[in-house]
Amino acid sequence: MKHNLILRVIAKYLFPVIALFAFYVQFHGDYGPGGGFQAGVILSVAFIFYALVFGLKTTEEILPPYVLRILASCGVLIYAGVGVVTLLIGGNFLDYNRLALNPAAGQHIGILVIELGVGITVSSVMLMIFYAFAGRGRS
Amino acid sequence: MTDIILGHYNYWIVILLMMAGFYTVISRSNLIKKIAGINIFQTSVFLLYISIGYVEQGTAPIIAEGYITYSNPLPHVLILTAIVVGVATTALGLALVVRIREAYGTIEEDEIHDQDRSL
Amino acid sequence: MIDTLIDITLLAFLAITALAIIRMRNLFVIIMLFGLFSLHSAGLFVVMDAADVAFTEAAVGAGISTVLMLATLALTGNHEEKRPAHHARLPLLVVLVTGAALVYGTYDIPSFGDPASPAQTHIAPYYIAHSMEDTHAPNIVTAILASYRGYDTLGEVTVIFTAGIGVMLLIGGRLMRKYKHEDER
Repeated sequence: MKHNLILRVIAKYLFPVIALFAFYVQFHGDYGPGGGFQAGVILSVAFIFYALVFGLKTTEEILPPYVLRILASCGVLIYAGVGVVTLLIGGNFLDYNRLALNPAAGQHIGILVIELGVGITVSSVMLMIFYAFAGRGRS
Repeated sequence: MTDIILGHYNYWIVILLMMAGFYTVISRSNLIKKIAGINIFQTSVFLLYISIGYVEQGTAPIIAEGYITYSNPLPHVLILTAIVVGVATTALGLALVVRIREAYGTIEEDEIHDQDRSL
Repeated sequence: MIDTLIDITLLAFLAITALAIIRMRNLFVIIMLFGLFSLHSAGLFVVMDAADVAFTEAAVGAGISTVLMLATLALTGNHEEKRPAHHARLPLLVVLVTGAALVYGTYDIPSFGDPASPAQTHIAPYYIAHSMEDTHAPNIVTAILASYRGYDTLGEVTVIFTAGIGVMLLIGGRLMRKYKHEDER
């Protein structure tokens, strides 16, 4: 599809817009609809759109599969890591009130960090699954 | 009689959708169509749960100035998790369909059973 | 009044799409109708005031699921379902009996939208009243998902991660093995 001029130009313009919308949904999850899951899916859709227009090989040069594997594990580790940090500070597992000096700031920090972990894991797993399906059968 | 119909038509149509998905799973033999039927069944179960949580003249459960009644947030949380788990199982099912195609050469269920029986 | 009209229209579209998926035999048409089904149900979620759920259903159902099914169709190669060899009388009977039992069960459910039903008065008022002072997040769904029930969300992230590992193990390799009957010839 990369011989089609309209698709090439539109893909290059739309990719940063979709990624920006994904970050907006991720960080405004407390104040409006949104959160980690929706943002992760939208970010992976940006990369899938690029791969559909420009080919899987080009996209794998931009974002190699081993990076996705590392990122997916990092997301789950961030989430569980917040829980272990609160255990080490002295509270219960995933008790955000202990993360900062007053409980309000602690809750904000806790929700932000775990939604970030969720978003990283969901986007890298969705893109990993797409790479597996699209790359099968070409040696 | 009419207020029973007005209060319950939502649930009856959702049950019709559930049964349509269920019929697709148990009566058709193409594997991709079965997976589409499972997803239709799942989505209509989500519709049933969200209709139970709906409050008349309420709004979305985001606290804002000037609104007093909100919809019930607990079914929304449950269904959010369920949607994401649903896509995970769909991806695994489709990966299994690809491997079955490579092993048997077909994705129709009765041809697969015939090949298994003739071994 | 206009809400009820939109509700009935969207439900009618959903029913027509589901019946068309049963009758059609071209797999590409079935996958496109499935994407349409997901989009209409996302619209229905918006009408029922579930903003987060509508967002997730539109992104995941009409986005990722449809793309993965199209990728599977490209890898398996056949585009037509085989005509069924016999009439499906037993599945139709099972489906009718189950549907009748479920409709009989809905007579005890409270009316659609009743604010005094047990689902709205049990624990939901506690969350609506106290979530702002406990978590300082206006979105109650995010507050419950991330703070009150954060442990369940950890399990959900683990499920997604496991699904990714499972798909990588099944079809992560590059080679596509030809089916074994072709090798024996």
